Amino acid sequence: MSTTAIETKVALDQALDLNTAPRKQSSVEVTDYDNRQTVGKITVDNPKMTCRGVNVYYGEKHAIKNVGLDIGANEVIAFIGPSGCGKSTFLRCLNRMNDTIPICRVTGQLRLDHDDIYDKSIDVVQLRARVGMVFQKPNPFPKSIYENVAYGPRIHGMVNTKAELDDLVRESLERAGLIKEVEKRMDEPGTSLSGGQQQRLCIARAIAVNPEVILMDEPCSALDPIATAKIEELIDELRENYTIIIVTHSMQQAARVSQRTAYFHLGDLIEVGETDQIFTNPKHKLTEDYITGRFG
Amino acid sequence: MNKPTASPPTKIPSRDIKTIVNAGLARRHAAERRFRWYGLIAITLGLTFVVLMFANIIGKGYPAFWQTYIQVPVTFDAAVIDPQGNRDPQAIETADYAALVRAGMRQLFPNVQGRLELRALYGLVSSDAAHELQDRVLQNPALIGASQEVWLLASASVDTLVKGNIDRALDESERPIKDNQLEWVDKLQAAGKIEKQFNTILFTSGDSREPEQAGIRGALMGSFFTLLVTFLLSFPIGVATAVYLEEFAPKNRWTDLIEVNINNLAAVPSIVFGLLGLAVFINFFGLPRSAPLVGGLVLSLMTLPVIIIAGRAALTSVPPSIREAALGMGASKLQMVGHHVLPLAMPGMLTGSIIGMARALGESAPLLMIGMVAFIVDVPKGFMDPSTVLPVQIYLWSDLPERAFVERTSAAIMVLLAFMILMNGLAILLRKRFERRW
Amino acid sequence: MQSFLLLTLLLLSIGGYYMGRKRAFAVAGGHIRNLHSLPSFYGSYTALWCGLPALIVFALWATLQPSVIIDLVVAGMPPELRNLPPDRLNLIVNDLKNLVGGNIVSSTPDPAMLEAANHYRNLRVIGNASLWVVVMTLAIGGIAHAWRTISPTLRARNRVEKIVNLFLIFSSTVAIFTTLGIVLSVVFESILFFRQVPITEFLFGLHWSPQTALRADQVGSSGAFGAVPLFAGTLLISGIAMLVAVPIGLMSALYLSEYATPKFRAVAKPALEILAGIPTVVYGFFAALTVAPLIRELGAALGLHVASESALAAGLVMGIMIIPFVSSLSDDVINAVPQAMRDGSYALGATKSETITRVLLPAALPGIVGSILLAVSRAIGETMIVVMAAGLSANLTANPLAAVTTVTVQIVTLLTGDQEFDSPKTLAAFALGLVLFVVTLILNIIALRVVRKYREQYE
Ligand SMILES: Nc1ncnc2c1ncn2[C@@H]1O[C@H](COP(=O)(O)OP(=O)(O)OP(=O)(O)O)[C@@H](O)[C@H]1O
Ligand SMILES: [Mg+2]
Repeated sequence: MSTTAIETKVALDQALDLNTAPRKQSSVEVTDYDNRQTVGKITVDNPKMTCRGVNVYYGEKHAIKNVGLDIGANEVIAFIGPSGCGKSTFLRCLNRMNDTIPICRVTGQLRLDHDDIYDKSIDVVQLRARVGMVFQKPNPFPKSIYENVAYGPRIHGMVNTKAELDDLVRESLERAGLIKEVEKRMDEPGTSLSGGQQQRLCIARAIAVNPEVILMDEPCSALDPIATAKIEELIDELRENYTIIIVTHSMQQAARVSQRTAYFHLGDLIEVGETDQIFTNPKHKLTEDYITGRFG
Repeated sequence: MNKPTASPPTKIPSRDIKTIVNAGLARRHAAERRFRWYGLIAITLGLTFVVLMFANIIGKGYPAFWQTYIQVPVTFDAAVIDPQGNRDPQAIETADYAALVRAGMRQLFPNVQGRLELRALYGLVSSDAAHELQDRVLQNPALIGASQEVWLLASASVDTLVKGNIDRALDESERPIKDNQLEWVDKLQAAGKIEKQFNTILFTSGDSREPEQAGIRGALMGSFFTLLVTFLLSFPIGVATAVYLEEFAPKNRWTDLIEVNINNLAAVPSIVFGLLGLAVFINFFGLPRSAPLVGGLVLSLMTLPVIIIAGRAALTSVPPSIREAALGMGASKLQMVGHHVLPLAMPGMLTGSIIGMARALGESAPLLMIGMVAFIVDVPKGFMDPSTVLPVQIYLWSDLPERAFVERTSAAIMVLLAFMILMNGLAILLRKRFERRW
Repeated sequence: MQSFLLLTLLLLSIGGYYMGRKRAFAVAGGHIRNLHSLPSFYGSYTALWCGLPALIVFALWATLQPSVIIDLVVAGMPPELRNLPPDRLNLIVNDLKNLVGGNIVSSTPDPAMLEAANHYRNLRVIGNASLWVVVMTLAIGGIAHAWRTISPTLRARNRVEKIVNLFLIFSSTVAIFTTLGIVLSVVFESILFFRQVPITEFLFGLHWSPQTALRADQVGSSGAFGAVPLFAGTLLISGIAMLVAVPIGLMSALYLSEYATPKFRAVAKPALEILAGIPTVVYGFFAALTVAPLIRELGAALGLHVASESALAAGLVMGIMIIPFVSSLSDDVINAVPQAMRDGSYALGATKSETITRVLLPAALPGIVGSILLAVSRAIGETMIVVMAAGLSANLTANPLAAVTTVTVQIVTLLTGDQEFDSPKTLAAFALGLVLFVVTLILNIIALRVVRKYREQYE
């Protein structure tokens, strides 16, 4: 890293003074439902993404309220919370998918490494190549399996020859654990696969671009337990190379795959911490209610 | 800063997606902008066509709403009109009014001599001028013997000249208006004896070979009678079919067949309906050619699918709860439909029917087949009278080379479009007004 | 005269309705509860008895009377007229009709004709008078019948509903009868035509010149009924039209659904659809008087020879007409592609145009092909534009600057103006109509299938 880059980082870190987030975090136990200060440590040692004072509005509706959170490199962090609390909304801020919704407005600071992702100088095309996304419902394109995976590399001009592309596609399918099942049927349409296979195809499609972060919005909610187990396994393997943020409604899943967990409630980030701690020893009353099933 | 890594491709692709994407960004954004431009150009082209066509037609047609008249001193010479002096209506009606017109013209230009010259002079006014005088005298016999300045209809070529559509620089032989006539018109204009008045003839008379006397009254009445038949036939049958298919019909092969039929009929070229009309209504049933009745029959067959499809859509939009409520109150199925469902679906059905009628109003191809293209001077008075319709009149006039007819064709198109806009506007209004009442 | 009769009938029926209702009250002794049905049903029952039989008789009578009268008049003519060959007799009958109608007849009518005209007039008066009598008798008889049969136990509602039901069922069959009528009329005449001109010659012959076949000794044998130049001309003009309409229509649809702001869309979409509402005769006028001269002048400026009725002019204007057709159908199709497809592509970092060309269009392709097929069938069947702006001469050429003719143009030319039925010239028009009908039908069936399959894919 050159000196200028280091200077920029320092300057940015100062600008991103944690004090700008108006709430101070407490780690004491909160038994008060009205207390919406984030409990737990929102910072990490080597952040991949940092968010401070993020607010999201859908027209008049305030969907995310002043959320601050760091996402560490090569970690899997799970977002949990009752339906409609803003998990998807927050997730979609991280690769600016919210830009496709005209009434949606985002304020605050979100950074990927040292780039402010809502800055004018940042190109969404590039951002989304760096921050991939997997959706709740598998959405393979109506093309062949091969073309589905090759789509990203092709549009970004990542490869120069057909052989390279072949390698990249195989590689991605292999990493997504799908290669054995589709090796012989690369030219069949992606939609001819089973739901679980389709979702893994979508993961392969996302990792073919070789992103730095992968966002997953309830990737298993449309799948049966066996397909779910396969995807969870896959997430664990992918952690080696990628940072993964996963939204889930399944507590068990969060516990199985993630190192940290963040609990959202009505647009507020209520508690964030080590997954074990959140599930065994929640510090906020709201978190506890949710974990123990008294809520939602 | 970071340099793009030029390392050879490894099995695991280069980690630096950022640089790779960056390299292609400029090109991709340029492509994006280009694509956007193509879209915008396409829309603009489409909209330009709309504007161009309207501008073209209005530009050509609006002068037709004014017609040139010449002020001529007319002496209602008793010796010509009523030589017996007994005011016999028969005699007055058949008198030689053209002679009065000629005399008046001579009075305007006393110096004109010679048969050819005089014929050219008389040619400045329309042959309809004599009728005008006749009308005046018939209405007011007291005029006989008096003298009056009368505005007489100018001939089409004078009208064209006055509207600036004849190139004076052309050789005399290539102009419809000769040098001497030019001179006279200029003199008349200088004397304020030429004037443009609102063209009532366009709306009050039927077709004519003389452009200045041709009007669209006959075509309008023909369209009216034809559309009346169309509506009277297609609306009840269309509504009944929609009701039957939506509310009563069992789901079986027969109703499937009906449905397939309706969908296919909607796509059959209109001219094929004309063939049907010719073969069935005229040749088989022996109905008269050129009659609005036959035109209406053909158009109603064409309009039916439109009304049926709109009617069914309107019926399906009536919530089932209303049907259940009516049936729950002990109404028979027919009463339920007649008293509760149909009134609610009616605005939607009417909207569809008006749109279908507007389309029928603009239709001409099938009517050519059943002889509604004849040259018909008389304004039709009933469903059996030979007649034509507005779009066919436009077609007939568009074939005529005279500038004055081009003008009138455009004017007729303006009237046709005005009616279509009116009908579609009505349909939109109806839809807005009754949108989702429940 | 006849409309007056209809009006009277209508009034009588309305009167019948009130009489029936009153009668029902009367027989129920003023207590509606005693009646089987509501009084209004008794009213409708009476009105139906009054109007329906009379109307049916009226319709039959009115359609049959003219031909019956003609037959009677012809039968009453002197033998030298009566025994003329059918086509001459037809002329005489026409003259007769003109004479009766008070129109000017070319020659001074001879006494035999005058006599026949008088006969005709008399018969018509008798016919109309008896029609009045019969219809009125039926109407009043109907009311009387209903009057007598109305009793508290009469199931008036069931009877009325039965008739209404019959009407509904009858109405729904009209569509089938229309199709049947089309098929029968074109097929029947086409068979007559193919008896005179072999079908292979019609479908594969390269020479079209029906006018030469007018001479009796030449009928059908001149080889002038080869329709290939017409098919080629139709394809050429439709092809030009599609070259205009598909790119503009498709790009407009894409822009409106993917790029335009809601405000712009709300204005531009209906504005574009105005094109669909303009009558085709207006397009024809525009093509013949504005576009064709423009193209010819442009061509002349470039040193090209352009026919004054070039295929290009007709095709261009037809293309403009079809733009909204393509764009609104494509719009539906594109909007049917689920948002998830777009999201998937955007999430990978694709730009809008990449998403459109690489995901949306391939996904929507079947639907778009279906819409284009529908548009093609529309173009092939379009009549007025080509009648007004395309030529009459059947040239077999692919040059868009030359004049070509189309199937629809020939149908119109063959069937307008003077015509005698059963000549190969008029029959040829029906054979062309048959081809047109079959081709458009097949195109439509395929297109609807494709579009439906496509829709199901995303449901
Ligand atoms: N496109 C939109 N327009 C308007 N409001 C929206 C939109 N998307 C989401 N919202 C609102 O924002 C809030 C958060 O929605 P979000 O989808 O983020 O919830 P979620 O936590 O993902 O819920 P779930 O678990 O059900 O997916 C909700 O109240 C929702 O109604
Ligand atoms: Mg969600």
